[in-house]
Amino acid sequence: MVKINGQELPVAGKTISEYLAQTTYHPQRIAIERNGEIVPKAEYESIVLEDGDSVEVVSFVGGG
Amino acid sequence: MMPTKEAWMQALEQRHGKDNQCKFSSATVAICGLGGLGSNIAIALARAGVGKLILIDFDKVDITNLHRQQYKATQIGMNKSEALQENLMEIAPYISIEPHTLCVTQENAKGLLEEADVICEAFDQPEAKAMLTNLVLEKMPEKYLIAASGMAGMGSANTIKTRRILKRFYLCGDGESEVAEAGSLVAPRVMLCAAHQAHMVLRILAEELEP
Repeated sequence: MVKINGQELPVAGKTISEYLAQTTYHPQRIAIERNGEIVPKAEYESIVLEDGDSVEVVSFVGGG
Repeated sequence: MMPTKEAWMQALEQRHGKDNQCKFSSATVAICGLGGLGSNIAIALARAGVGKLILIDFDKVDITNLHRQQYKATQIGMNKSEALQENLMEIAPYISIEPHTLCVTQENAKGLLEEADVICEAFDQPEAKAMLTNLVLEKMPEKYLIAASGMAGMGSANTIKTRRILKRFYLCGDGESEVAEAGSLVAPRVMLCAAHQAHMVLRILAEELEP
């Protein structure tokens, strides 16, 4: 299981891009941290989520 | 009458303590976006006597900004960076201000933000917020970044928070109130979020790293 924004999800083995594709996140509006480190955008397609990973997707909304 | 620099500094030390003031006065903070968030962050940090502010916005003051941004009706049409510089100079005449009228891009960000100890993300478009956040965290890992998301609408003031997402990345706001959905953006709620950002800047400078 992978903990994403506090929820345990069965997405181990998927790349970050594959995970995002099944969500409603807008790829141009997010930043992702995984196990305390930023995930570079260029690595969304190559990084594979592992069992026990802790991930936060920060999804920005408009207004400022 | 304008106070002397010595009198101004003495007053700041009296209110903030000499140690903290020394840290504030020797710091450089960059503010990216000078709208409701950025203009209010800038005023709080100028009042605190932060040594240097780098102010960045491509835009001009518009009549629709006056309900929440720290500009005056007489400044409509001026570049925001210069209008804000003018206002800050009246409040804190001895801080240093570097105004830029341009868009922050992947190409120019590093040069613009190099000198900053702390960077505030204060844009309004979510794509711009995400771009700057990814860029700073990926390419400038030594910087502290304080971003904002979710301060639109008439929701409770008590839902605006500061969270520490990574060691050097903080996020202020309620995380969800989007202007397109909420349909409004009111001064106090935007100012609350700006105050969270500005206060986190001062806490970082004072070496208090938890929100």
